[in-house]
Amino acid sequence: MSQSASTMGNEKIGSSRRKFLKSAVTLAGATIGYTWLKSSQILIFAAEPKDETLPWYGIAIDIEKCIGCGSCAKACKNENDVPKEPFFFRNWVEQYTVKNDGTVDIVSPNGGIDGFVQRVPDEDIFKSFFLPKMCNHCAKSPCEQVCPVGATFLSPEGVVLVDEKYCIGCRYCVQACPYGCRFIHPVKKVANKCTLCYHRLKKNLAPACMEVCPTGARMYGNLRDKQGPLVKFLKEHTTQVLRPNLNTGAKLYYNALSSEAR
Amino acid sequence: MEPQYQNLYDILANSQGYIFPNEIDLQWGILIVVYPFITGLVAGAFILASLERVFKVKILKPTYQIALLTALSFLLVATMPLISHLSQPQRAYEIMITPHSSSAMAIFGFVYLWYLAVVLLLEIWFDYRHSMVVWSNEKKGVMKWVYKILTLGVSDISPQALKWDRKLGYIITVVGIPSAFILHGYVGFIFGSIKANPWWSTPLMPIIFLFSAMVSGISLVLLVYMIISYFRKKTIDLNVLDAIGKYLFFVLILDFTLEALDQIHRIYVAEESFEIIKLLVSGKLYLTLFISQGLVGTLIPLITLAFLQFYKHKIKVRKTMYFIVGILVLIGVYSMRWNVVIGGQLFSKSFSGFTSFKLGLIGLDGTLMAAFWLILPIGILTFLLWLLPPWKMVDEEE
Repeated sequence: MSQSASTMGNEKIGSSRRKFLKSAVTLAGATIGYTWLKSSQILIFAAEPKDETLPWYGIAIDIEKCIGCGSCAKACKNENDVPKEPFFFRNWVEQYTVKNDGTVDIVSPNGGIDGFVQRVPDEDIFKSFFLPKMCNHCAKSPCEQVCPVGATFLSPEGVVLVDEKYCIGCRYCVQACPYGCRFIHPVKKVANKCTLCYHRLKKNLAPACMEVCPTGARMYGNLRDKQGPLVKFLKEHTTQVLRPNLNTGAKLYYNALSSEAR
Repeated sequence: MEPQYQNLYDILANSQGYIFPNEIDLQWGILIVVYPFITGLVAGAFILASLERVFKVKILKPTYQIALLTALSFLLVATMPLISHLSQPQRAYEIMITPHSSSAMAIFGFVYLWYLAVVLLLEIWFDYRHSMVVWSNEKKGVMKWVYKILTLGVSDISPQALKWDRKLGYIITVVGIPSAFILHGYVGFIFGSIKANPWWSTPLMPIIFLFSAMVSGISLVLLVYMIISYFRKKTIDLNVLDAIGKYLFFVLILDFTLEALDQIHRIYVAEESFEIIKLLVSGKLYLTLFISQGLVGTLIPLITLAFLQFYKHKIKVRKTMYFIVGILVLIGVYSMRWNVVIGGQLFSKSFSGFTSFKLGLIGLDGTLMAAFWLILPIGILTFLLWLLPPWKMVDEEE
């Protein structure tokens, strides 16, 4: 073809066409590349807060203040219509007892709702603490990532929620949560989990578990508000999230988290 | 106490150590064991068929159509265990309409449809078109029309048209091989990508699933070929068995090596989860992992197949040995699926305890249901072999 172009004296046009084609292909490639890159960024940082006017919620739990009364777990069940059987919890408390021989005894009878009895004799105890558990509302939540229909989603305020009318009940999210925070609601037959009492937050009320905590061991707040109480707490305490190695972007920060905690 | 929770109270009473309270209820039961087993059979059978077609392994010709029809029969059922395990099966279509792009599971519908519609159905259609046209001319009554409909009205059997059939069929097989790899490798990825579960989370998972799929599919075709020959009162061609046996032997070695590598790596790096996994494999999974999968499903078949490479004497003994190897390998691969799916849910993500699994007999997630989904494809295969008998196909000169 180039030969015929040159014999017709169209070499210049031919080369400019080539140039045009080249730049068109480059442009298309760059666009596709950029779109791909952009979408993969979205995939990785799906949780990056978009709306600056909304709060970006985080939670802090002060292990030193928790007395293991289980009020939080009980209030959660009442507030959120969670079945009372001891297999379904949005919120529960564990009792860790590290023994002198190095072994760790962990219990959570009925999620701690009925309180705890120390079953390890005093002389064998190295240390003991309570560890309240709830959804970590991860910014890069594995449960949200794996949901095949997008029924689980991250609200603009950073709360991981489930659309009950949309969930197909495949249970993949339950498998994907490293913290064991999800279950299939035995009556609704869909995935269920802590919503940080989203219905209460919308009315400027604290989540039920925080409302009832007698020692103020739990707090929630806006991570964007640098002067706010949550950020202040995080600044003044040495906090840690559970399973940091999994890079879930957990937003539940524990003060005084012991290395045995999982 | 409500009776629906009795089962969970029993499991709670039998749990060991500490498990998160939500973990008492095991999420994926026997249907999710059956699902990767069935898709594995599909992928494996197809790959064996493509050996004949693409790599021109002429000796496998008698198994070519059998392998394709076997793959189709199982593929038609593959989604059923998945859908019937959903808590909201009536919403299953959402996965196709609004797939969530970051979910490994969301892509299954598309991979499945691609494989079913574009690869298997088209390939079988091109392969059988000539015969179906001839059959529609020969038969009388309803069957005449059935074959006529199956040809989709394309009745041209000129040498030129048949050449195109072969050409397009070949292209589809070439496309089909990576598709089969994707279909099953992807099933492995569903498990391998769950970082919360150390028993699943390994990049080797898709490859392990793929090779175990090939092992199981090859064994199934071997068995189907032998059983069909028995019912048709035809002599089993030992050369065919030897050829399949040789492939089975090599793929089984690869499969065993990969799985061993996975375990050796686990043992050597001994990460946070090592202690609980050690307890898992030496306790709750001992029978299904070491005995059923390792000894019965892998080592005995490997040794037997190695022996059959040299032992060329009594024909009857060799046939029997191939038959037994086929069954053992299927048991082994089924156990492998069990060990992955159930095994991965038996230990707590707190790495501090175990729940237990109580397999029911009846109900949507029971043994009978699982058995039904495994037997149904055999029924479909019998029907397809009656409708499209490979041994009655019109001979084509290539």
